Amino acid sequence: MTTVLRVENLWKQYRLGVIGHGYLFRDLQSWWARVRGEDDPNRKINFSSDDTPVAQDRIWALQDLSLEVKPGEVLGIIGRNGAGKSTLLKIISRVTAPTRGEIKIKGRVASLLEVGTGFHPELTGRENIFLNGAILGMTIREIQGKFDSIVDFAGVEKFVDTPVKRYSSGMHVRLAFSVAAHLEAEILVVDEVLAVGDAGFQKKCLAKMGEVTGAGRTVLFVSHNMGAISSLCSRAILLERGRLARTGGANAVVAAYLAATSDTGPGENGFASLENHPGRFKSWLSGKIRFEHCFLTDEFGHRTGYLTVGRPGNITLGFKVRNSVAPANLVFVAVVENSRGDRITYLSSELAGARFDDLPAEGEVTCTIPRVPLVPGRYSLTLACREGPEWLDSVYQAMSFEVVGAEFYSTGQLPPADGGGDFLLDSQWSGPSERRLESRS
Amino acid sequence: MTTEYSASQGGEPQAPEAAAVEWTTIIRPRHPWFHLELGELWRYRDLVLMFVRRDFVAQYKQTILGPLWFFLQPLFTTIIFTVVFGHIARISTDGVPGFLFYLAGTVCWGYFATCLTETSNTFITNAQIFGKVYFPRLVIPLAIVISNIFKFLIQFCLFLGFLVYYYLKGAPLVVSPWALALPLLLLQMALLGIACGTLVSAMTTKYRDLTLVVGFGVQLWMFATPVVYPLSQIPAHYRHYFAVNPMAPVIESFRAIFLGTRSITPEYLVLGWVITLSLLGLGLVLFNRVEKRFMDTI
Repeated sequence: MTTVLRVENLWKQYRLGVIGHGYLFRDLQSWWARVRGEDDPNRKINFSSDDTPVAQDRIWALQDLSLEVKPGEVLGIIGRNGAGKSTLLKIISRVTAPTRGEIKIKGRVASLLEVGTGFHPELTGRENIFLNGAILGMTIREIQGKFDSIVDFAGVEKFVDTPVKRYSSGMHVRLAFSVAAHLEAEILVVDEVLAVGDAGFQKKCLAKMGEVTGAGRTVLFVSHNMGAISSLCSRAILLERGRLARTGGANAVVAAYLAATSDTGPGENGFASLENHPGRFKSWLSGKIRFEHCFLTDEFGHRTGYLTVGRPGNITLGFKVRNSVAPANLVFVAVVENSRGDRITYLSSELAGARFDDLPAEGEVTCTIPRVPLVPGRYSLTLACREGPEWLDSVYQAMSFEVVGAEFYSTGQLPPADGGGDFLLDSQWSGPSERRLESRS
Repeated sequence: MTTEYSASQGGEPQAPEAAAVEWTTIIRPRHPWFHLELGELWRYRDLVLMFVRRDFVAQYKQTILGPLWFFLQPLFTTIIFTVVFGHIARISTDGVPGFLFYLAGTVCWGYFATCLTETSNTFITNAQIFGKVYFPRLVIPLAIVISNIFKFLIQFCLFLGFLVYYYLKGAPLVVSPWALALPLLLLQMALLGIACGTLVSAMTTKYRDLTLVVGFGVQLWMFATPVVYPLSQIPAHYRHYFAVNPMAPVIESFRAIFLGTRSITPEYLVLGWVITLSLLGLGLVLFNRVEKRFMDTI
């Protein structure tokens, strides 16, 4: 069995805050004070007298991590912020050194740069391709050989001789990715790069990455986009506070991660049984129909614990009919609340114009959202069902689910997590044009 | 193309199945002191070239004055020196026209000082790239030193222009055949610039306030170097102190070659080289030490 990358008992310690930066002047001051036998003017005054350095100013970003990656594998690395994902990639790409342990690598490692890192704004696309390629470790001859292919893949043919300062951010990313993708490296390290770039380019990247793997190359992929992880990666690891929490098939690890991040999880694969749900208000319900379960499915009909921004998603409600109900008067309602408990939308079969002709004794109705317009976050679903004005069943916060980030606008960007609201609306901007409205004087 | 990133790989105990695998890179916490990875630096020689090109193109594109700036800087400095040290302080210039004398000193010192200052900022200026991708960090000082050679050559042409002008005016100037050794002088300045620059940059990652000292220190060093005065004006019993400064013999030799002054002996030259190379060794070792962990402290 072969391995291209082996991580053995890797530890990485960081010092927190500004402690790392010393000042020569202060050190000299301390030294001079010591020479004269005085108190060190810079010593921190502690409540205890012992001078041992406090251990709290150091954190272990990675703890005893061991890992093997096989050739051609696309390994997803997931975890919350600060779990150590980026640290691991930094050590693998030799940006920083580990504190303990070692990593053995067979072949070259190429890291996909963040948007335009190493690009010089004054230089043209052509010049930057050469510069960027050289930074990644290509020789000039190698770059020359692949130049046309790089430009073609990035789709910037017309702008090769334009300074990149005039490129859009999308063009930046495309060019950066294209250069890196053409590097003949056995291992490609990708950190959150696909989060930007338009949908078409993302598809091309995924195809390219597939091609990369097909050629026996290995990809290490860090992303917060669970959709991308599950569709792209064969295997994934989950990091929690610097430790390897789980490793296995990408889908299983993603599910575990989503389950771990949610407090009132939707259960296995986004399925909630509603038989004895605490959110059911019995007092005013007739109970002619009872919700039995509900679950989420993605565009392919697979059960899922989360919906993906900008992608189709389905909410399916399973019910049992107890007393006869007139199907034509039946209305199903699903209310979405955000994590602060604000009701943000009201989905109803009546509003959407759905009429039911037939009603099986045990059935399911599905509400399809063609493009999920919610910002990433946690939401809950409250279900209700009525026959005309009569409420038959209602389950408050029947299930909660996660919305994970992906592309919605063609830029691939999403509103800021703080203050970015709940909703995404299709919108176009135009102008600037001359002001037509006269301000009232 | 094997990147031997760490010490011996064969001698250590490994699992039997792993021993069969050919690892090309092994990443470890610590490395030997003198592990400079010069082979890898050679592999990245194209990157040095690209950085040099970037510096040149970017500088040329950004300002209208562009290359003109290369002339103006030494020209104005020299004019100031001629007025202040030549006409007001009346310091001897060994019988050479004052303007040429100062121009020679300024051009040489300018090259060295720029190399030193820019190299000493290696980690801080490039933190963004260093945080994203690996390449031998020494590429940056090398690129700095090389791109400044172009600047030096432009300024050197300026110097030659004035040399011809003064010669035609009848100044007693003799250019020695040692002019062919100019690359050697340039090399020594470059190495010394790298040496001091890497030393400072390695220390600035620990002591941030050192960057403030650099500009000031370079200024002081200039006055401790025979830039605005000839070494011949220094009393003989003080000259030993000047021998410790490797820039003194460089500038004195430059003047001896192009202006025909005489004040330098071979011992000074040799001593200058010995000190330059020792500083270089020290600088590289410290730089190598720091580059691995630098990203954690930024």
